[in-house]
Amino acid sequence: MHELGITQNLLELALKHAEQAGAKRIVRLNLIVGEFSSVVDDSVQFYWDFLSRGTIAEGAELHFERVPGELECLLCGHRFRPNGEDYICPHCAGTRVVVAGGEEFRLESIEVED
Amino acid sequence: MSKTIPVVKDIMDANAQLAAQVRAKLDEAGVLALNLMASPGAGKTSVIIRTIEALKDEIRLAAIDGDVAAIDVERIAETGIPVTQINTGGSCHLDANMLWSALPSVDLESTELLLVENVGNLICPASFPLGTHYSVVIASVPEGDDKPYKYPTMFKGADVLLLNKVDMLAYEPFDVEYFRRGVEALNPGVAFFPISCRTGEGFDAWLDWVRAAVGRAVRDDDRRGRG
Repeated sequence: MHELGITQNLLELALKHAEQAGAKRIVRLNLIVGEFSSVVDDSVQFYWDFLSRGTIAEGAELHFERVPGELECLLCGHRFRPNGEDYICPHCAGTRVVVAGGEEFRLESIEVED
Repeated sequence: MSKTIPVVKDIMDANAQLAAQVRAKLDEAGVLALNLMASPGAGKTSVIIRTIEALKDEIRLAAIDGDVAAIDVERIAETGIPVTQINTGGSCHLDANMLWSALPSVDLESTELLLVENVGNLICPASFPLGTHYSVVIASVPEGDDKPYKYPTMFKGADVLLLNKVDMLAYEPFDVEYFRRGVEALNPGVAFFPISCRTGEGFDAWLDWVRAAVGRAVRDDDRRGRG
């Protein structure tokens, strides 16, 4: 639902970096999308196809690298996937955790042609 | 030939920058702002109205309502405090840009406490900080005691957690200790107030927290909330 605004930000960011590099065309964007980021990649793709029309990024491929949601035990450092039922560390039975992965939504790099 | 240009930028930066602008504007005017988040039906509007009714004679209040139903705005307006509706157009959360655009409609100079009602949703609002000072998450007994385990990003970011509808604990298999363990695992020491908007139970402790937060904002010496 909110991917329109996010995709606009993404396009602006990509165009800015392509322009700084003097590129003529953007052919691919490499994105990192965390499971907890509230970003749906199909939806970003949908808006991207629409928004990028008429720009040097038109037709660029969006490559999504998905990062799973992970917790980290504050007692022993073990990282594990949440099970939706408890936050007990499966390694040491610790009861304090932090969200250690899965919140990111990042543009890692763009691939351009001169 | 194509070449790769590293970017490594958080795409949510645009929201974060606007949130910082919102915060600066609120601080300049000496306004404390709370971002109230919850599922649909947890009682956001009821909490806001009961809080307004209890505090409006001692604190200068205003509200911004981002929920989809205009009826919430009408209910809040009946309390007599100024309320601004953000037309979210069916969006699933408020973002910093929407709040920034709504701020000119609020008389900040004559406001001490601004209550911002987010869209009913436990997922997306957690990803879009608004620039408010404190995040208040409202859970409710009928939703079930497993919510902290299903929505870690929402519960880890709460500065205050209200558990509403505790008058229904007699009828629901809701384990308060299990619920609290889930919150404490992610967010130890979070301010926690079991309340009932229907009976008023627990409201005094919550209202004291609000008074203390406004007091700190007036002294301008404590802004540790995560907003």
